[in-house]
Amino acid sequence: MARALINVPAKARKGDVIEIKTLISHVMESGFRRTQTGEAIPRDIVTAFACTYNGEEIFAAQLYPAISANPFITFHTVATESGTFEFKWTGDNGFAATETAKIVVE
Amino acid sequence: MTSGWASLRRLAPAVFVLAATAIVTASAEIPLNERRSGYADLGRETKAMQDDDTANPGMLAVLDGEALWSAKAGSAGRSCADCHGDARTSMKGVAARYPAFDAKAGRPVNIEQRINLCRDERQQAKPFAYESRDMLALSAFVGLQSRGQPIAPPDDARLQPFRDAGRDTYNRRQGQLNLACGHCHDDNRGQRLAGIVIPQAHPTGYPLYRLEWQSVGSLQRRLRNCLIGMRAEHYAYGAPEYVELETYLMWRARGMPMETPAVRP
Ligand code: HEC
Ligand code: HEC
Repeated sequence: MARALINVPAKARKGDVIEIKTLISHVMESGFRRTQTGEAIPRDIVTAFACTYNGEEIFAAQLYPAISANPFITFHTVATESGTFEFKWTGDNGFAATETAKIVVE
Repeated sequence: MTSGWASLRRLAPAVFVLAATAIVTASAEIPLNERRSGYADLGRETKAMQDDDTANPGMLAVLDGEALWSAKAGSAGRSCADCHGDARTSMKGVAARYPAFDAKAGRPVNIEQRINLCRDERQQAKPFAYESRDMLALSAFVGLQSRGQPIAPPDDARLQPFRDAGRDTYNRRQGQLNLACGHCHDDNRGQRLAGIVIPQAHPTGYPLYRLEWQSVGSLQRRLRNCLIGMRAEHYAYGAPEYVELETYLMWRARGMPMETPAVRP
């Protein structure tokens, strides 16, 4: 499975706006490049990302060929309750990766 | 594949101006207290990327390297960890003192070659290819254990001739542009080559994540880029000339803190 790095604060106060950062290893081959002998290199990218917070989707993104290798996606949300964030990346050639992170809300 | 300065044709006039203004051949070495890492010239966002281990893409390679560290390999069926234990203690400061003299080879070996010696002799496994994913991952993981440690070239007289050879290569004009490394990195440090600030060429952060490469690369890959930019002939990965250059560059950066895995544009 692809390596991913997640940064979610371990603790927050109820109502705090928190920043979530995600980084996943992926070549993001655009599909527009050719080898030295002229053959097209097939597209291989992450096409979608979604984050749920205790099961409810709070952020989603679609990704396109112009996005660099190892996509770094950050966003904010409001800490409402303790629980789990789940992160999902899907893409070409059946690419799928999942990560989770816990938060304690006081 | 992209290499060196994005488009040589576009940059050629800038390089020619530089060549014309760089008259002296043997450039003076930078005074120790005026040395600065390439990090100092990074933009705000790139600095933030290097500073945050959850934003630094080099850390993805480190994670791969950590897994390799404890994976059994070769006909000896042993992992790095089986012999070296916890890398945080056994590998602390190690990358900061390479290249080091290898008695068997009779010459210095860099950290990648040192890792491959263990691959070959201790694990009896196939050595990693230069710039392969696994080699970059393990050398990034080993290098991370020196992060913050001062670069400490061994006080070993046997290294001296190789360091001198590296210095000679560094100061020798070469390639179609007739430039020496020192023309850019000593005489014109801090100036701009097209839009790029010319760094002092300190090897503090390798292997590092280069945005232009979209991947992690070794110091030799960086040197190869500069040689291509100079329109000089580059060497094969692992060539003695590269290791000599590395030996000189590490000595030139002695005492500066290691940053592996750094981020560069
Ligand atoms: C069978 C035991 C064994 C295994 C397996 C092994 N090593 Fe070593 N390694 C040694 C010994 C012994 C030395 C020091 C003696 C020598 O060879 O010069 C050493 C030296 C080193 C050094 C140089 C240390 C220094 O202080 O200069 C590095 C770096 C290193 N090993 C990395 C690795 C890595 C990475 C792996 C896994 C790919 C590995 N080793 C696997 C036994 C081992
Ligand atoms: C024409 C000017 C020029 C010459 C000549 C040149 N370089 Fe560079 N070098 C650069 C520039 C510009 C960069 C910054 C990288 C970039 O963004 O393209 C760089 C980057 C580097 C770095 C990376 C520093 C870091 O912070 O990671 C090293 C090391 C280096 N050069 C070594 C050398 C060596 C050794 C030579 C001679 C073989 C050499 N360079 C020749 C312009 C030059």
